[in-house]
Amino acid sequence: MALKSAMAVTGVILVLFLIAHMYGNLNAFAGQEAFDTYSHHLRELGEPMLPHGGFLWIMRVVLLASVLIHTYAAVALWRRAGRARPVRYQVTKRVQRSYSSYTMRYGGIMIALFTVFHVLHLTTNTIHPGGRSESPYERMVAGFQPEFWYVTLFYVAAVIAVGFHLRHGIWSALATLGINRQSRQRSLNIIATVIAAALTIGFLLTPLSVTFGLVE
Amino acid sequence: MKDLYIEGDEIRDEKAPAGPVAERWDQRRFSAKLVNPANRRKLSVIVVGTGLAGASAAATLGEAGYQVKSFCYQDSPRRAHSIAAQGGINAAKNYRNDGDSIYRLFYDTVKGGDFRSRESNVYRLSQVSVEIIDQCVAQGVPFAREYGGLLDNRSFGGVQVSRTFYARGQTGQQLLIGAYQALERQVQAGTVEMNTRHEMLELIVVDGRARGIVARDMVTGEIETHFADAVVLSSGGYGNVFYLSTNAMGCNVTATWRAHRKGAYFANPCYTQIHPTCIPVSGDYQSKLTLMSESLRNDGRIWVPNEAGDTRDPREIPEEERDYYLERIYPAFGNLVPRDIASRAAKNVCDEGRGVGPGGLGVYLDFADAIKRLGRPAVEAKYGNLFDMYQRITGENPYEVPMRIYPAVHYTMGGLWVDYDLQSSIPGLFVTGEANFSDHGANRLGASALMQGLADGYFVLPNTINDYLAAGPFEEVDESTPEAGEAAEAVRARIDKLLSINGNRTVDSFHKELGHIMWDYCGMERNEEGLRKAVERIRELREEFWQNVRVLGENEELNQSLEKAGRVADFFELAELMCIDALHRRESCGGHFRSESQTEDGEALRHDDEFAYVAAWEFGGTGEPPVLRKEPLEYEYVEMKQRSYK
Amino acid sequence: MNITLRVWRQKGPDDKGRMVTYKVEDVSPDMSFLEMLDVLNERLILEGEEPVAFDHDCREGICGACGVVIDGEAHGPETTTTCQLHMRSFSDGDTITVEPWRAKAFPVIKDLVVDRGAFDRIIQAGGYISAPTGTAPDAHASPVPKADADRAFDAATCIGCGACVAACPNASGMLFTAAKVTHLGMLPQGQPEREARVVQMVNQHDEEDFGGCTNIGECAAVCPKGIPLDTISQLNRDLLGSLSSGAAE
Ligand SMILES: Cc1cc2nc3c(=O)[nH]c(=O)nc-3n(C[C@H](O)[C@H](O)[C@H](O)COP(=O)(O)OP(=O)(O)OC[C@H]3O[C@@H](n4cnc5c(N)ncnc54)[C@H](O)[C@@H]3O)c2cc1C
Ligand code: HEM
Ligand code: HEM
Ligand code: SF4
Ligand code: F3S
Ligand code: FES
Repeated sequence: MALKSAMAVTGVILVLFLIAHMYGNLNAFAGQEAFDTYSHHLRELGEPMLPHGGFLWIMRVVLLASVLIHTYAAVALWRRAGRARPVRYQVTKRVQRSYSSYTMRYGGIMIALFTVFHVLHLTTNTIHPGGRSESPYERMVAGFQPEFWYVTLFYVAAVIAVGFHLRHGIWSALATLGINRQSRQRSLNIIATVIAAALTIGFLLTPLSVTFGLVE
Repeated sequence: MKDLYIEGDEIRDEKAPAGPVAERWDQRRFSAKLVNPANRRKLSVIVVGTGLAGASAAATLGEAGYQVKSFCYQDSPRRAHSIAAQGGINAAKNYRNDGDSIYRLFYDTVKGGDFRSRESNVYRLSQVSVEIIDQCVAQGVPFAREYGGLLDNRSFGGVQVSRTFYARGQTGQQLLIGAYQALERQVQAGTVEMNTRHEMLELIVVDGRARGIVARDMVTGEIETHFADAVVLSSGGYGNVFYLSTNAMGCNVTATWRAHRKGAYFANPCYTQIHPTCIPVSGDYQSKLTLMSESLRNDGRIWVPNEAGDTRDPREIPEEERDYYLERIYPAFGNLVPRDIASRAAKNVCDEGRGVGPGGLGVYLDFADAIKRLGRPAVEAKYGNLFDMYQRITGENPYEVPMRIYPAVHYTMGGLWVDYDLQSSIPGLFVTGEANFSDHGANRLGASALMQGLADGYFVLPNTINDYLAAGPFEEVDESTPEAGEAAEAVRARIDKLLSINGNRTVDSFHKELGHIMWDYCGMERNEEGLRKAVERIRELREEFWQNVRVLGENEELNQSLEKAGRVADFFELAELMCIDALHRRESCGGHFRSESQTEDGEALRHDDEFAYVAAWEFGGTGEPPVLRKEPLEYEYVEMKQRSYK
Repeated sequence: MNITLRVWRQKGPDDKGRMVTYKVEDVSPDMSFLEMLDVLNERLILEGEEPVAFDHDCREGICGACGVVIDGEAHGPETTTTCQLHMRSFSDGDTITVEPWRAKAFPVIKDLVVDRGAFDRIIQAGGYISAPTGTAPDAHASPVPKADADRAFDAATCIGCGACVAACPNASGMLFTAAKVTHLGMLPQGQPEREARVVQMVNQHDEEDFGGCTNIGECAAVCPKGIPLDTISQLNRDLLGSLSSGAAE
């Protein structure tokens, strides 16, 4: 049971990060300077109390810890579910469960793979379609050029997966934290859908705009 | 008639205290010996059954410190058939300030039992009813409440005060779950050992005392013996002898019948209660009948077409071609006449060929007027769940087409004879709930059975059983005790026999045929000729059963045909005794109409001078006639009156 | 109508089991699903084949004994118990697949019969109010607001059938557990044991090899008694409450 709470709490942390991250990404529309400044800012936040990059590192530790705990809990629950039904049904039918709720696990794996790629690509600068650059903005713009359509496609797919994951994830986290009530069920479901959709669209905007040349 | 049975000596209830009726229960509690709490741990009790009567007894005895072993044939104690009771439970709380009192509940129940119950027992039942409600509420039973947060009451079955407590249409379920939870709490505490999927197949009597049971583990087939200082049977009713009834499929007489064969008297076996508002049979594959709450008669009007064989759509039958027969014959009570009258009237019109629906076994229960008068939303609010249930089962929409109803066997008042302490004629064998012969006699009312089950289990038995156990622990017994070995061997032999016949008919086909005989000749209306014919046919059929039944598989597995076969075999023997009991009771009383005993205008006629007694039957030996032992009933407080509903 | 049944047959707990196909002819639309199985069984017996074992008792939707998975849905296509499902919900010529509840916590005993003892043990762990017989105050001593009483009642209608477990992709028994936690937690009588109850019941639930709940909601969708999904949320709320107040130890 502790697993479930851990998953919900870390899930919520990750959602909050994503919201902030999306806001950051949208800075791309304000041009290279704004975007780089934002990126730079991230590293200066908290100075002089924290050393350069200190906040970012704290954030990274929290994020990493969250992802690890979240993944650990997810895997543990998955294995438990597997053990709980050793013989499968010959016929199964979904009665009400949504596409998003039953793809949570596969979606999660997909997101994990994506994040690894993504961090190597845009943060550590290890993979660099379109050439290295010290400016995050340039790295990003270079990566999403039409000739690297497969990079964009991968991002798009990943972001949609995130959307699905969150559509059920947010609802689920709220239920796990005991916030769901009969009377609120509808509104909570709507909130989950809205946040998930907003994040999906928000994230898609940046790479797609680059690919289609709206941002250079 | 005497060719079928022998008359033995009269019997008396030796334990019933004398004195003013209101003080008798106190007196008995005071005179009963006590068991010191330290000794209780050394004393053990077997409780067969986990319905209201059994679960409440096992939980209370466990709490008191006895070592309890509890048994049920279902996979969980929570599934006992008490779960199906819908209507409600009576209690003399007088929360409505409408003039109710313990005395009034007592009075109504004695009358409702048609003067065939004991005043002392009924009075105790009314007294204890008050505590039952307190107990259940404390356990978390969610009775219906009003906006002020207090408990709601309704009037039930034609009673003039509102004393019925209910939990929507699921009172039995909620009461049982309360008792079940109390039982599970004792299982956790280690005072009760629960044995689910165990069927009791024999009673072990050693030195004249009930000392244990033989039970079959229904999963492995193992024949086990269990021992204790006392045995309590709370195994429910035997309405399934009719095959079609409102009882659960597994309800059986085996536990009590086996005890009867070992010497316990079986009292008033022919008393059954027939419920007027069940969903009719739709085909011969039908396996059970579903009851719909009688509250439907408050607003629905009952009718059949004037002409026999009228197969028109009921909505096309004009008003003047309909016979609202209850309103016509009983203008004062109309559709609200007691259960037996409503049931018999329905049977009569169907016998005249005016019945409706498949096989002509049904009458209309029409809400068209109520919908016109109250509006559909009001009807929906009151009866919505019943209408839904009806629609689910029949596929017809009762808001549009009148419902069809027919009477069905519902509750059995007969059972093992017990004294005031609930002890049977075998020392150490106690019987509670529907399994004993009911406190309420030839009952025609509702909401009394739940009350009796819980009264027996929570309050009466835990007090009276001490008087017996105070003399214990009794001599050690185990598998090596000859009586135990013999009992287990008898069970094995019977099972082997059933498995080896390998004939040409299924168990169900025999059961169905037996049910037809019982319904036709020992149902609502009986007469000497029919009952004699029934006895003969039951004997023939039983003979054939033991030659020609086919039970496949083996004992060492879950074998549902084998379980059924054992139960049906006992039903055959019970059925014969029921017919003999019905035959000897040449009067109309309770739910039963004896054609030879009616008033000039065709109403039931009791014969108090001849039949004011409990008919306790002693087993006469296999193939031998049973022995009738009468326990005379005396009425000091309620004057015996013939009833009239005209 | 004529129906083709594919039924899970398994001789005993250790047998591997397999699907067997039977044809059932002349099925009336007014038969219940179990009556249709009765008809099949009568025929099998006469043909010398052992009848299909299935659990059932009241046949009116209240005892919770019956329950099989029909074409992938617990209790079949209607939201009701298997015994209250009628053949008019199917069409002539249909092939119907019938399987037992599948969960490690509900081992198969034979054919379609499973052992649901785990549910009783969850109740033993704390699904009760300790009220020794004879100690109760007057029933009117503590009024219960109607709304609370109604919610307690809604949760109390659970029949312990196990369909929620059968339908849950995680084979979790959380709806059953939550129904009891909610029933007792809504009543004033249930308060003293509230925190300990939820912790003990959930621990027992986890020990019985049920899966964890990830709020899929399939359970509530098949529940024949309409136990609301938010009871699980109420359970979670109580659980977090008792974890933080230290009742967990
Ligand atoms: C549909 C219906 C509606 C009713 N409505 C009302 C109502 O509104 N009000 C009212 O007062 N009464 C009502 N009654 C009557 C009332 O419900 C019963 O009389 C009462 O519940 C019986 O309780 P019990 O504990 O004696 O037996 P049951 O609840 O029948 O329990 C019998 C127990 O014995 C066990 N058992 C049986 N045989 C064996 C065996 N051989 N070996 C091992 N265990 C065995 C079973 O497993 C079960 O646990 C109704 C009855 C029915 C059928
Ligand atoms: C598709 C749109 C996205 C764009 C354009 C984008 C862009 C970026 C950029 C530019 C950085 C580097 C920031 C820096 O180093 O200053 C970054 C970092 C990161 N992004 Fe994204 N991102 C997107 C989607 C996502 C998604 C969907 C996730 C999570 C599932 C994610 C998780 C991360 C993480 C974990 C970091 C590393 C933060 C750090 O440690 O510095 N991103 N992203
Ligand atoms: C590392 C890869 C990930 C995996 C394997 C994974 C897997 C899972 C799984 C299996 C669940 C439970 C399914 C359910 O509740 O139905 C879940 C829930 C959730 N996930 Fe993820 N996830 C991952 C990443 C993420 C990320 C990056 C976020 C946020 C941005 C996130 C947010 C959530 C939320 C909010 C929940 C709901 C928690 C709850 O059920 O209480 N997950 N995840
Ligand atoms: S919650 Fe519903 S599905 Fe689950 S056991 Fe209770 S009644 Fe059955
Ligand atoms: S379907 Fe299963 S995951 Fe939870 S909400 Fe129901 S128990
Ligand atoms: S048999 Fe009782 S609920 Fe189906």
